[in-house]
Amino acid sequence: MSRATAASVTRGGAFTAAAVAFPFVFQPAWIVNIGVLTLMYAALATAWNLFSGYTGYITLGQAAFFGLGAYTLGITFQHFGVGSGYNPFFALPLVGAGVAIASVPIAWIALRTRQMTFAIVTLTLLFIVQQLAFNLHGLTKGSTGLMLPTPRFPIDSYDTPFYLAMLAILLAGLALSWAILRSKLGLMLLAIREDEEKARGLGIRVTGAKLIAWSLMVWLSAMVGGVWAYYLTFIYPESSVDPLVMIGAVLMTFLGGRGTLWGPTIGALVLVPAQQYMITRLGASELYLVGYSAVFMAVLLLLPRGIVPSLRDALAALRERRRTHSKPITHEEVRA
Amino acid sequence: MLGVLVGGIYALMASGLTLVFGIMKVINVAQGALVILAAYLSYALFSHLHIDPFLSILVVTPAMFVLGVAVQVVFVRSLRGPDATELSLLVTWALALGIEGVLSVIFRTTYRVTSPSYADNTWSFFGYQVGEVRVLAFCASVVLLVLLSLLLTRTRFGRSVRATVQNPTAATLLGVDANRVQVLGFGLGVSMAAAAGAVYGVIYPFNPGSHYDLISRLLSIVVLGGLGSVGGAIFAALGMGVIEAIVAVEISPVWASFSFFVVLIAFLLVRPQGVFGVRERTL
Repeated sequence: MSRATAASVTRGGAFTAAAVAFPFVFQPAWIVNIGVLTLMYAALATAWNLFSGYTGYITLGQAAFFGLGAYTLGITFQHFGVGSGYNPFFALPLVGAGVAIASVPIAWIALRTRQMTFAIVTLTLLFIVQQLAFNLHGLTKGSTGLMLPTPRFPIDSYDTPFYLAMLAILLAGLALSWAILRSKLGLMLLAIREDEEKARGLGIRVTGAKLIAWSLMVWLSAMVGGVWAYYLTFIYPESSVDPLVMIGAVLMTFLGGRGTLWGPTIGALVLVPAQQYMITRLGASELYLVGYSAVFMAVLLLLPRGIVPSLRDALAALRERRRTHSKPITHEEVRA
Repeated sequence: MLGVLVGGIYALMASGLTLVFGIMKVINVAQGALVILAAYLSYALFSHLHIDPFLSILVVTPAMFVLGVAVQVVFVRSLRGPDATELSLLVTWALALGIEGVLSVIFRTTYRVTSPSYADNTWSFFGYQVGEVRVLAFCASVVLLVLLSLLLTRTRFGRSVRATVQNPTAATLLGVDANRVQVLGFGLGVSMAAAAGAVYGVIYPFNPGSHYDLISRLLSIVVLGGLGSVGGAIFAALGMGVIEAIVAVEISPVWASFSFFVVLIAFLLVRPQGVFGVRERTL
């Protein structure tokens, strides 16, 4: 195992241990509730980053797949019954895979367009799914909303299973991102981000690479949507296909750093507690919206590269200075 | 027929959006929110000062022009670098959320509609009953679009705008002040939204959240027409109006905007660059 691998395994292990311990250390329901939301956004942001951060193609349709996941789980509940208790969690990867496979033909069409047009087309996907949720009354109950059975988890630790499910999805997302960043696929995606024409010219199957990243993004987002639906036990079109949820995930990715492994998670760890604090302080959604847009604007204008890249640069500069000041230059360094 | 009338207003909003993209490669997601803001301004002028909504265009448009210039200078101009286009999408989205929030604080979220005394009058054309305000709205849109095309083709400013759209570098080399064109162009785009908003408020009930519905249509219109092409935007807007009207009558109104999105996706399969668009290279 190389040093870099060892370091990232240690980092991942420490994060996993801390995150798993969290709901058992801080037991009050409201704290675990914030934990569930934080992990939900972290997982969504990691999923978004997996496609948009690595390929440079901004998608604004993620909420559509979050909603599709929520509704797929809800509808399966209504018509087939997935059992109660913990069973639905195990059905989730299948639900996610179904949504991901269904999204591939649409993605193939959307990916025929470039950057800006792609962003807009994915945004229309969001509105298409929302309209379907409103209009397909037989399946979704339209604007009245869909009830899911309430699981009989012990009341003291009701939130904990959902917390762990969100954590599992986030860890899957991080592991996938890590594996991709180190693989040939990662290099292909990076080449697409830097110069797609050149990448295509070099014989990279650009569409295939983009579609793989896309379906992983959809798979993760749909699973998050499913857990979320089961957690709230009630979904309706405006809440389950909510542009605000997605724009939150995008904002967190930008804050943490696009195209980095930990950036989206760090962004979520900073922003979700702040967001929950703002909701309790400012109450009604109107002022909250103003505050939210102000934070959003500030992040984009002042820190467009994000925390992780900025920090990395600062650290590198510091190390560089220390080295040149304190140590005489050795032969190895001259040669390097 | 009705579809064309509706399409006229969307053409006005969408041409502002696509013009701004053409000049500075910025997608203004706040265009819908600005339309709603203008609708509220016109509503406030009508209900407090009893100014006719169509006359209020003359007040609202210059005011929003100033706002547009301010937005460009404060928010949009500071975006630089290779990601500027993508960042602009998100910055203007944040702006839209801000406008939505402020409007909800001031006006609450109840639906409003500007209703002058003649709001319910209808005229009949060849046996069709057509609302008077819709015809007036369409005429206003046509007049404004003609004014826009005159501005773009007959004035020095218009020539520099078109030069910037075609080739920004060459335009700058030939002495076009790029900054000035961008600021005024953004203001122009926003004032199109303003004029359309004043008219929109008479025809449709609106609340601060209505901008999502608007922007989803506007964005698909400009993509269908080809990003940056004003003619394409007008064509696509009229097309959308007609498709929606046919679906609303033949099938059901709830599927109207859905069908337009589907047409958009289907169309991209054949021509990813839109009706009048030029094939985009990687930006």
